[in-house]
Amino acid sequence: MMRLLKYVLRDISRGRWVLLYFLFFFAITEGLLFFTAGEAKTIVGLMNVVFLLIPLASIMFGTLHLHNSRDFIELILTQPVRRSTVFFSLYLGVSLPFVCSFLLGVGIPALIHAAAFSPAIITLLLTGAALTFVFTSIAFYVGIVINDKAAGMGLAFILWLFFTVIYDGALLAITVMFQDYPMEQPTIAMVLLNPIDLARIAVMLTVDYAALMGYTGAVIQKFFGSGLGLMLSVTSLLLWIAIPFGIGLKSFNNKDW
Amino acid sequence: MRLTYMKPTMIIAVMLIASAGTANAETITVSKNGRFTSVRQAVTSSQRGDVVYVEAGVFIESNIVIRHPLELRGRKGAVIDGSNTPGTLITVKSDSVLISDLELRNVAISYVDDNAAIKIVNSKHCEVLRCRIFNGFFAIYLSNSQQCRIADNYLKADKGLESNSGNGIHCWTSKDVYVSGNIIDGHRDGIYFEFMNRGTVIGNTSRNNLRYGLHFMFSDSCTYSRNKFIQNGAGVAVMFTHYVQITDNTFSDNWGPTSYGLLLKEISDSHLRGNLFDGNTIAIHGEGAARILLEHNVFRNNGYALRILGNCFETTVRDNTFEGNTFDVTTNSVNSQNTFINNYWSSYSGYDLNKDGFGDVPFHPVRLYSLLVEQVPSSVILMHTPFVNILDLAERVLPTVTPETLVDSKPRMSAP
Repeated sequence: MMRLLKYVLRDISRGRWVLLYFLFFFAITEGLLFFTAGEAKTIVGLMNVVFLLIPLASIMFGTLHLHNSRDFIELILTQPVRRSTVFFSLYLGVSLPFVCSFLLGVGIPALIHAAAFSPAIITLLLTGAALTFVFTSIAFYVGIVINDKAAGMGLAFILWLFFTVIYDGALLAITVMFQDYPMEQPTIAMVLLNPIDLARIAVMLTVDYAALMGYTGAVIQKFFGSGLGLMLSVTSLLLWIAIPFGIGLKSFNNKDW
Repeated sequence: MRLTYMKPTMIIAVMLIASAGTANAETITVSKNGRFTSVRQAVTSSQRGDVVYVEAGVFIESNIVIRHPLELRGRKGAVIDGSNTPGTLITVKSDSVLISDLELRNVAISYVDDNAAIKIVNSKHCEVLRCRIFNGFFAIYLSNSQQCRIADNYLKADKGLESNSGNGIHCWTSKDVYVSGNIIDGHRDGIYFEFMNRGTVIGNTSRNNLRYGLHFMFSDSCTYSRNKFIQNGAGVAVMFTHYVQITDNTFSDNWGPTSYGLLLKEISDSHLRGNLFDGNTIAIHGEGAARILLEHNVFRNNGYALRILGNCFETTVRDNTFEGNTFDVTTNSVNSQNTFINNYWSSYSGYDLNKDGFGDVPFHPVRLYSLLVEQVPSSVILMHTPFVNILDLAERVLPTVTPETLVDSKPRMSAP
């Protein structure tokens, strides 16, 4: 597996995408921290960019890469290696470079401006890394199930749109529709079900934005500050990685190439 | 509207006249090994217009009552320690009393009496200068007094609970009180006025108080200038008052779910100018505020800069700077009866073709999303999502829901 992983890693790292990805995060973080003192607003600004770009890049690149390495996969599968080993290697080979370039891209400027190396930045790094794994999982599932490249990319894009925009729209519609009822608990449940929302709330809580959110903010803070809340959020993120990964693995194992 | 209040020089003049008649004033000294070893003794045996000096040393006593015009002055290191015995340390029940340069500490907490370090009752022309008061419960307390001056004192209390703390400077039913240059730290309310007329509060710092930095009610024609209100539990709240001038103050870092930079409840005919609001949850919350002129203030890095409810009217907001606030203006009503003009908004994206410094496109400072949050509070969970940003953008291009009349028709291109 290690050798296979090394091949995939080398393949990915040779591409320009990972470097571009790193440079982008480095530039934007350095830019934001250079002109401000790393206060809450900067972190929130950075968060907006990070949580928009990471899911998009991960899901698009993951799907694209699976389609592009079809020949390679078919070739490898003729060798005496387990299919799950191939899948694992592919998955880590794609996700790890992206996670690393994101961590370094945001982490290095944060380290340079030592003042900004705060709980908020750490939360941002952790959730960003988790989101990369989540959306690579989803991407791999899409890439395996849909054989046509264009259709696969299309679906990947629609899924990204769903998680970043449509889901929130639906959430808003529901809160407005049921505004006569106490909606705090249902909204928390809905937030738990969307990895991007979950990550966003986690970062906003560390920069004390709950104070801005009135009663709802207090409820959210109480929930996510509790052991149960923390456990549920971590579990939710892990499930978002594990379930698409599991289904993807199963499809990969059963697929007739 | 011109506000009338007693100028400090006038008060001092009055004091000088009051003390001029005491040509044969004696000087009495309180010291550990002198004729008087207790302040109470010295005060009781003093005559009208005497000067009582307290020498260095810790005098453990309380319930000192001053009943005639007197100067009570402390030498360096003079301390009166109440050691938490019940009662007020110094009660002033006479006109023309001056207390200065003393250190007072440990006033007993009471749930029945408003114990204070210095209490001035039914008196005129009194002064409290350069005193240092530690754990004073109510540090300086004025009731039914007039033309008094409280200046350059340092008041510090260990933060307790709201229920067992007193106010730093507490005045009620008083007139023409001049409060300047004090530092107030860790009390319940820093400065508390109730039924005060023509009070002047200048150059004080009120910080880390449990509840409000400044709290006044029914206190007409008062002036608040060049004060700093920093990191108070609930910021500053002022209510049921007319003719207030609030100028050149700093309201900063009042952050928390129940915290305001400045809460204006039922305030009318008032003037807010040149204040800085920095890093507050809600910089100004207006509720039933009427005929207020808000000009040349700076709102920076607040959660909500201006939250102006539907029951505010004829308020003018002009020449202010709004920079980096999460929400610039929010309201709970689609009708606005207030005027916004010539403000600088950092989120303004219009252009200025004729280069006169003012944008050619009107600015609607109320975001659709902020209106939504007012009406459906739980939708606040979507703050900073791309969806909400798209929604705001759409509304900004084609306003349909946000208050049509709440508009800055001539926004500035750069800060005034």
